[in-house]
Amino acid sequence: MQIALIGQPNCGKSTLFNQVAGYKAETGNFSGTTVTFTESKVRVLGNVVSVVDLPGTYSLAGTNPAEREVIKYLTSNTVDVVINVLDASHLSHGLAMTVELLELNVPMVIALNMMDEADRIGIRVDVETLEKSLGVPVVPMIASKGRGIQPLFVKAYQIGQQGVLPIQPKYSNDLERNLALLEVTLANVESYLNPRALALKLLEGDRDITESVIEQVPGVESDLKTIGQSMKHDRGQSLEWIINGERSGLADNLAKRVIQQGKRQITFRDRLDDILLHPVIGYVGLILILYLFFQVVYTIGGWLEVPLMDFFAQLEVWLLSRLGNSDHLFSEILVALIQGVSGGVAIVLPYLVPFLIGLGIMEDVGYLPRVAFLMDALMHKIGLHGKSIVPFILGFGCNVPAIMSTRILEDKRERFISAALSTMVPCAARLAVVFGLVAFYLGPELALAIYIFNLFVIAVTAKILSRLVPDESPGLILEMPVYRIPTFRTVVNKAWWRIREFIVEAWPLLIVGSIVLSVLNYFNLSIYLNTLARPISWILGLPGEVGVPLIFGILRKELSLVMLGQALGSMNFAMVMTPVEMITYAVFVVFYVPCLATMVVIRKELGWKMMWQIAGMTTLIATLAGLIARGISAIFY
Amino acid sequence: MNLLEVPKGKVFRVVNYRGGRAVGYKLRQLGLCPGHQVKVLRYAPLGGPVMVDVEGRSVAIGRGIASRVEVEVI
Repeated sequence: MQIALIGQPNCGKSTLFNQVAGYKAETGNFSGTTVTFTESKVRVLGNVVSVVDLPGTYSLAGTNPAEREVIKYLTSNTVDVVINVLDASHLSHGLAMTVELLELNVPMVIALNMMDEADRIGIRVDVETLEKSLGVPVVPMIASKGRGIQPLFVKAYQIGQQGVLPIQPKYSNDLERNLALLEVTLANVESYLNPRALALKLLEGDRDITESVIEQVPGVESDLKTIGQSMKHDRGQSLEWIINGERSGLADNLAKRVIQQGKRQITFRDRLDDILLHPVIGYVGLILILYLFFQVVYTIGGWLEVPLMDFFAQLEVWLLSRLGNSDHLFSEILVALIQGVSGGVAIVLPYLVPFLIGLGIMEDVGYLPRVAFLMDALMHKIGLHGKSIVPFILGFGCNVPAIMSTRILEDKRERFISAALSTMVPCAARLAVVFGLVAFYLGPELALAIYIFNLFVIAVTAKILSRLVPDESPGLILEMPVYRIPTFRTVVNKAWWRIREFIVEAWPLLIVGSIVLSVLNYFNLSIYLNTLARPISWILGLPGEVGVPLIFGILRKELSLVMLGQALGSMNFAMVMTPVEMITYAVFVVFYVPCLATMVVIRKELGWKMMWQIAGMTTLIATLAGLIARGISAIFY
Repeated sequence: MNLLEVPKGKVFRVVNYRGGRAVGYKLRQLGLCPGHQVKVLRYAPLGGPVMVDVEGRSVAIGRGIASRVEVEVI
């Protein structure tokens, strides 16, 4: 049996999914976190069913790629039962899509989520009346606390097995008459939609569906025209608005009947925006929050890095002294193994863990859309709009989800620019390079300076790109979610989910890369790779040995640090690099070619051409930025 | 009257949107449809977006779009 979870953005679908499936879907308190389908097997009443988490969508019409994917899935696959997740604290909005789902005429259950939130703002929902009016079971629940999940899935399983269909929504008489007429014409049309739903989509003006139906029944075109004209004459609105008006009217009416608005308690959370979005204090707060975040990551990371590095250095010395002779290939490999392991434990993880926990907290609290609100005017100045900031911020964790989240942008041009720019955002892996090299040896202020320089370069690039590919951006429309206190469990699960990705996928590569390099060194082969990268390392005034770590760094950005130590012969970088070299190297690593995983995602989302464009562009920018960094730092050192 | 011309903190009713189809669609999805009540909460500085409350939900809208949302006194 297959169960699909569907609901509007930020209604808690992914939270619900993660509760039943373990952490598998990205969640966050802003819309558009889930952009791909995630499937999981779940045991219900002793049977294994598969549960599919769909991206959040406000309606089933599909104006952006993420929404279109949902419709495709709901209609092409055989879904046995749909769980429609509704946010009880914003019921009338959610119900508008429920009405659209009812039209599809598939077995359905409603999960009335966020009952605690509704309670807080004084809303009481009459579950029984809601059930009766829709002809669909309604299960109240609080997904974040795990309440009501068991009954929900049991109910969904039963409904799916019995194949209970919902009651069809009834619209105004004139619309119903026209629907009935169309249904007769469409009776023999082959479609994944039932005739009534098909008729509604046609009246609504859904372009794809209309085209495919006209191919089968050419006469429909004139029918639609006649209906459109007569209804416009009667009501003074276009069909599209009439149908949407009918749906939201139905939803509003229903909401009015089942919602009892009690007294709303004004709490600290309602006042929070007055501070955090204040025209002056808001920006001070933004800088303060980011600075604090930066300091915490640096402090915790450094506090862990020092003793861990010491430990591994001693381990290395001890092992080598036990082996006696250090000229063997075997001892070279052993050292490489230790350095690969220590690179992960001592350099990457100390910064990665606090960073990911902090990012998770900011996401779940709901601060990120506020950043978009504050930054929108500034983003417009560089030719983008505030929504593009979401991929940027996700990019600080990892560029892969950042690229995927560009799907929330409607426009192909905006998507390309945002994707290109978000690959320039230093992800957690590059954070390790900046912190492990620059902050650790030269001080945190310099690391911060690199981050500010990075933002500056991104802004300049954005400005140039938006000039090259000009377009009117329509402006921001973004929902501001209610502030939520993140639960310990979701924050830890989310951080663990992302850290595990490093441990399982990146770390083995670090160790293998480190060993491969030691073999290359032993047989004097690395010289060829270094020659290949020599033009760039020469321009930047870096030692020729950086070629290998830079080339391997394309696989995983952490490699460019771990292998650097090996290439230069010491993990104590202060001994083998000058401050200018450290800064130039770190800046180049921050910008040059996105890692392999990111390139793969760019190819999937935007195609080969854009992937190569982005790779070429970032190499060029990295070289220029490296030169600038070299010039500026040479003044001070 | 459009959304940029109304005083902060007072409730108005949405009448119409005079703009592109896609944007109109997006607005309706977020509840800014004719008949619904809307209240301006705050403006972002430097010509940034305006934040409104629509039926209990906060939505940020760019000023260009907001100037095309017609509202009336209740």
